[in-house]
Amino acid sequence: MSVELPANLHYTAEHEWLDDATPATVGITSVAADALGDIVYLELPAAGESLAAGAVIGEIESTKSVSELFSPVSGTVVEVNQAAIDDPSLVNTDPFGAGWLLRVDVTETGPTLTADEYRDQSAG
Amino acid sequence: MTTPDATKESEVTEDQPVDSPAADILSPLHDEHVALGAALTSFAGWQMPLRYSSDIAEHQAVRTAAGLFDLSHMGELEVAGADAGRALDRALVGNLSALAPGRARYTMICAEDGGVLDDLVVYRLTDDRYLVVANASNVATVRDALAERLHGDALLADGSLTTALIAVQGPRAQEIVTGLTPDAEAVAALKYYAAVEATVAGIPALVARTGYTGEDGFELFVAADAAPALWRSLLEAGTPLGLVPAGLSARDSLRLEAGMPLYGNELDRTTTPHDAGLGRVVKLDKVDDEGNPLPFVGREALTDVTPTRRLVGLQGLGRRAARHGYPVTTPAGEVVGEVTSGAPSPTLGHPVAMAYVSPDQADEGTELLVDVRGRGEQVRVVPLPFYRRPR
Repeated sequence: MSVELPANLHYTAEHEWLDDATPATVGITSVAADALGDIVYLELPAAGESLAAGAVIGEIESTKSVSELFSPVSGTVVEVNQAAIDDPSLVNTDPFGAGWLLRVDVTETGPTLTADEYRDQSAG
Repeated sequence: MTTPDATKESEVTEDQPVDSPAADILSPLHDEHVALGAALTSFAGWQMPLRYSSDIAEHQAVRTAAGLFDLSHMGELEVAGADAGRALDRALVGNLSALAPGRARYTMICAEDGGVLDDLVVYRLTDDRYLVVANASNVATVRDALAERLHGDALLADGSLTTALIAVQGPRAQEIVTGLTPDAEAVAALKYYAAVEATVAGIPALVARTGYTGEDGFELFVAADAAPALWRSLLEAGTPLGLVPAGLSARDSLRLEAGMPLYGNELDRTTTPHDAGLGRVVKLDKVDDEGNPLPFVGREALTDVTPTRRLVGLQGLGRRAARHGYPVTTPAGEVVGEVTSGAPSPTLGHPVAMAYVSPDQADEGTELLVDVRGRGEQVRVVPLPFYRRPR
């Protein structure tokens, strides 16, 4: 399986991505979205909440399964993607774009992988 | 992100990668699935399509037009001989000798203690030939039990690996199948749970009006080597009518909405047919040729049963879905049962689940909680099925 992974993003072993912007944008990868199937419900932290890198901060539910969302960073949520909450299929159709989940003021970043490292580990 | 909690029919986890474990049996339609871009999953020792595109789109296509399913993982056991019907009467809980040729029954095979070894659809093909269709995960169990239980002139043959099973399910199914057969009248005239030999797209098939989706539809049993040609013909004929190939994920959400049990979820070795509300399949009035009660495996245990739990439907009042294995509690937090299957219902737009609960919590309208990963979600007991097709 070959997967298009933006080279400018950082990835986690738990299938999240984040960018280098300030605040940083966080989402889940196409690998995760494809494995879940049609996503029907997102439970995300609210703006203002503090996050600890590696902690469970939300849930992503599809018809077939449900997954926990881990925070790739420590920091404070500054924005939640309301469009994705209203229409979670955005996470399936555009996981690296319109299907982003959170914007976070980052104080510390947890362990991340490059696109190549993540591809080797996750996509086969 | 992890996927710790997939429901079992089509789990995708790191333990069951999408790429095939070497040991899996490949369906005779494997190349078709690959060509269609299916996500494959390991299920009961087979590599089968989980989805082709979107679970929800496949589900909705079956509700509104038609879906095409590969069910070649199901087991086909043939029992033939002058005593086949009588032998099955003793081996299964149903009254199979009373079945008319060309008709089918939903039935079960139980252990002496009444526990369900498998739920089955049994077709009487002719006076002395029966087809027993078993779940993929239980084929060996059912085959071994039948081999031990069948006596007299009743020969058992396992056709599971040489038989393909293709289902066409949905309101347009009849139009699609009859358009491909010179036996259109006989196929159109089939009653629910009836079957007829017919030639479909030039291929000899057993065409049955059965299914696991809650819709009208057909299941076509064909020789494995003829399956790809039949699959392609059905796909070609059905596509203009809205038919799409559909995977195990849609199959599971469709059967859940239709309130149909899945072995391993609602049924297992520790449940009786009565627990699942299916006591009607146990035919205690079966008699032998002298008119005496016919002994069958499980008879004693399944006589005068008072179930200690009941299978109920739960409508989720919030958005988070109950899943297999989650505890069911009273509003006060007392555990009164366990979820067997659950998902967000694509047709109804809210979560649905089936669960075993204690009989005093099983009345329609009872408000309960499901412990969804540490947080109680409100549910209400509702009648099954959740979805009934318009007629």
